[in-house]
Amino acid sequence: MTTNVPPLQPIVDKVDTVDTVLSPTEERVARRGQRLSRRRLYMRRFLRNWGAVAGLVILAVLVVFAIAGPMLTPYTYTDVDFTNLASAPSTMHWFGTNGTGNDTFAQTTHGLQRSMIIGVVVSLLTTLISAFVGAAAAYLGGTAEKAILGVVHFLLVVPSFLILALISQKVGGDWKVLILVLTAFGWMLGARVVWSLSTSLREREYIQAARFMGVSSLRIVLRHLIPNIGSLLIVSFTLGVVATVQAETGLSFIGFGVKQPDVSLGALLGDGANTITSAPWLFYFPAAMLTLLTVSMALIGDGLRDALDPTSHSAGRA
Amino acid sequence: MGFPRTAPVLSVRDLAVSFPSEAGRVDAVRGVDFDLCPGRTLAIVGESGSGKSVTSMAVMGLLPEYASVTGSIALNGRELLELDDRQMSKIRGRDLGMIFQDPLSSLTPIFSVGRQIVEALEIHQNLDRDIAWKRAVELLDLVGIPNAAERARSFPHEFSGGMRQRVVIAMAMANDPQIIIADEPTTALDVTVQAQILDVLRLSQAETGAALIMITHDLGVVAGVADEVLVMYAGRPVELAPVEELFARPRMPYTIGLLGAVPRVDVAERRPLVPIAGNPPLLVDLPPGCPFQPRCPVSVPGCGDREPELTVVPGAAVDGHRAACIRAHEIRYDGRAVNCGGRIDGRPVYPVPPAPDAPAAHVPREQRPAVLEVKGLSKTFPLLRGALLKRRVGWVYAVSGVDLDIRQGETLGLVGESGCGKTSTLLEIMNLRPPQSGSIRIGGVDVAELRGRGAERQLRRTLQMVFQDPIGALDPRMTVFDILAEPLQAIGEADRTAIGARVDELMDLVGLDPEHSDRFPTAFSGGQRQRIAIARALATNPSLLVLDEPVSALDVSIQAGVINLLNELKATLGLSYLFVAHDLSVVRQISDRVAVMYLGRIVEIGALDEVFDNPQHPYTQALLSAIPVPDPVVERTRERIVLRGDLPSLIDSASGCRFVSRCPLHVTLDVAQRARCIGETPELTGRGGTGHRNACHFR
Repeated sequence: MTTNVPPLQPIVDKVDTVDTVLSPTEERVARRGQRLSRRRLYMRRFLRNWGAVAGLVILAVLVVFAIAGPMLTPYTYTDVDFTNLASAPSTMHWFGTNGTGNDTFAQTTHGLQRSMIIGVVVSLLTTLISAFVGAAAAYLGGTAEKAILGVVHFLLVVPSFLILALISQKVGGDWKVLILVLTAFGWMLGARVVWSLSTSLREREYIQAARFMGVSSLRIVLRHLIPNIGSLLIVSFTLGVVATVQAETGLSFIGFGVKQPDVSLGALLGDGANTITSAPWLFYFPAAMLTLLTVSMALIGDGLRDALDPTSHSAGRA
Repeated sequence: MGFPRTAPVLSVRDLAVSFPSEAGRVDAVRGVDFDLCPGRTLAIVGESGSGKSVTSMAVMGLLPEYASVTGSIALNGRELLELDDRQMSKIRGRDLGMIFQDPLSSLTPIFSVGRQIVEALEIHQNLDRDIAWKRAVELLDLVGIPNAAERARSFPHEFSGGMRQRVVIAMAMANDPQIIIADEPTTALDVTVQAQILDVLRLSQAETGAALIMITHDLGVVAGVADEVLVMYAGRPVELAPVEELFARPRMPYTIGLLGAVPRVDVAERRPLVPIAGNPPLLVDLPPGCPFQPRCPVSVPGCGDREPELTVVPGAAVDGHRAACIRAHEIRYDGRAVNCGGRIDGRPVYPVPPAPDAPAAHVPREQRPAVLEVKGLSKTFPLLRGALLKRRVGWVYAVSGVDLDIRQGETLGLVGESGCGKTSTLLEIMNLRPPQSGSIRIGGVDVAELRGRGAERQLRRTLQMVFQDPIGALDPRMTVFDILAEPLQAIGEADRTAIGARVDELMDLVGLDPEHSDRFPTAFSGGQRQRIAIARALATNPSLLVLDEPVSALDVSIQAGVINLLNELKATLGLSYLFVAHDLSVVRQISDRVAVMYLGRIVEIGALDEVFDNPQHPYTQALLSAIPVPDPVVERTRERIVLRGDLPSLIDSASGCRFVSRCPLHVTLDVAQRARCIGETPELTGRGGTGHRNACHFR
């Protein structure tokens, strides 16, 4: 995928030998410098894409908002203010309150935090699982490959949303269980994609070389296959966050996800939708957060994909 | 230029092309001038990245839009650079014919070849369908497609590579172009097919009277076809001369180096090749001065002042010999030496390195232990058909009954064209699994008797492999240190300081700076990457290296250095090589013994000089005669056996000689002898006790 990125460093032009032995620490420092320079190349390509930069800025603002927001208001998301029931935004309650007197600002920031954690953790887990399963299936080949792909294809046709709804209903809307369940049914499509990419990678000569050197299969998968689909994994991670947040919101919206007293953006939206005419602020503030979150992640994902793809036009024009 | 007999049909002046890149503006072509007269052939030679292909693409107007092109390209006085794409389309295909390197991708797979030629005709000429079709068939017949009328209805995938290239040539000459541009037209083809295609090119040129621009890196091909040669380096022409003059008395040190670095199949004396030190410069922000100066063995302080112009060499034997070197006139030829014999101040421009002396070679072959013995090795692949339920419809006989043995300190060259089973043989050996039939013994251990991972790992230590493509063989995500440490870790070495010391030692051994081991493979050039791959193979102190076309992806000047390194390592470390290659001239440089494969069988095996100087099997003879020699005098006078047709498929398992369909000897035999060729599989037999054996009934 990214193997033919143009080299940043000039081609080494000296072949004469100098007898200098570097200490392991120096070596590591030098190697780290090398990695940074490769990252700098991707960074430069990423920064050329203004949409991606805008996404990054929005995301940064959202993260700061989610972390710092609860400290800005005296109310917590569970506090009830009986003097203000379903009141419109004011200087006391910036985003207004809901029917039971909860502060919407506190709830929105907390919900954003909750949705972000679920999105990031689930996407990270699914990406890791799909990378390992997909790459292992491709490398092992033969019967093992057929068996793994059989499981993947079976799980892909199972109506996972229904199962998700039933399980999370049973456990009473604990967000940690929701993470497990979303992960369990979310990794298959990624694994399928990783598998198809890895099947072309496994024919590469460096994989063959490692095999002929006697390197173990696990090591080949971890050290040669997965790092070389790394850019795909990064992109699928960012887009996975979007998908997870949407799935979680969907579940919570219809009442199968995060439950009271805990709130997520989806749960807030579900409540707000009922009172959209009488108390529109209950819907619009969480909706704006959700939109900003998914749009910014999508923009970043697109930007990353272009920056990591050597065939894209991120090199600019002459 | 040279000697204009008529007005030039194409004249290029001060052509410059640059591209954008992450590192800055790449000046791919920097000032190319040449004139091309009708009927003449100009060869543009240079290593990869020298700007030769970009020059031809600029002439065709096929460069991407973001490239900036300046200068002048005039076709019959008409300026091409001022034309827009639509106007260029009228010229491309009519006045300019193009032949690309890869015949597979230059034909549309969904139309029959006849229809594609008809299309090429109809775009530029107002022809009736039937007449156009008739003309297409005529063209296919002309380029040597048998049963042209029938085959015109076939699709590209039904043709072999050589046949496809013939179709591409037929398309290029369809509209009687004034210029045919051939960009590495034979690089993707086997040597025996290459000889056929070069003949077809000559024929198409004679037929249309077109001028030919031949872009190639192969100096042997140049010697055979060119009238004039333009040598390019770092985007600039550095020497321009008639072909005989250029090969006999090159005046630019780069050209001299290039000629000295080419291994020759016709020279028995084994002397080390003369590599050119260093690498071509990056074409971004070039410093002033001659771009070749850092690599030039005879550079003087004045070289760095400004880039020398391509000017007529004073005192050259032929007028029209131009070179871009301020010392060109100092280079002398005393008539004795041909290639690489240029002398400056009484000393050769490139001093020949001393030949390594191998202690192992002093012991007679029979007394040295065998490191690899292969007996009766066969490998077949099932041929499957069907969409859902695959059923076997036949077998592909990739390797049949191969016998090999390699003694300590010896190199066996395994040669043959693509599809002859040499890679399958290698993989069978490298897999360390019991073969389908036959036996493989490595260092006396039979792989069929291997038990457990420990034993396999122990055997892997002694057997390592170097791959063809130095870019694909190194993991781009690992530093060179990690790459070299990997085989050590795989055999259980865990001590980091020991690994560090060994990595430095390995880098040193292959002529790389140990300090550079913290870089990624992308920071190295192709030749250096191949050195890293060799270092990795040497990490575990193996006794046998399996080399799969290790230099075929490298430029000649770099290739020479890698060949010398391999010869040196063999001598100092007492290694044995199994060297697989399709290029017989490289094999001649490195091997002690040669085995020639054809369709899964060894047809001839013996000591190097016996096989090369006295080939017995008709296939070996044809193969040797098909290899172009980088010397125009030899190349144009020697007799050549051009084989008919292409490699047949490997599916047929019938007994008999597999070469019979293309054998030039077979057609001269009487009926009874022919029946024997077809009916009886020839065994590898030798005459006399020299170990030189061949598989032909009548040799």
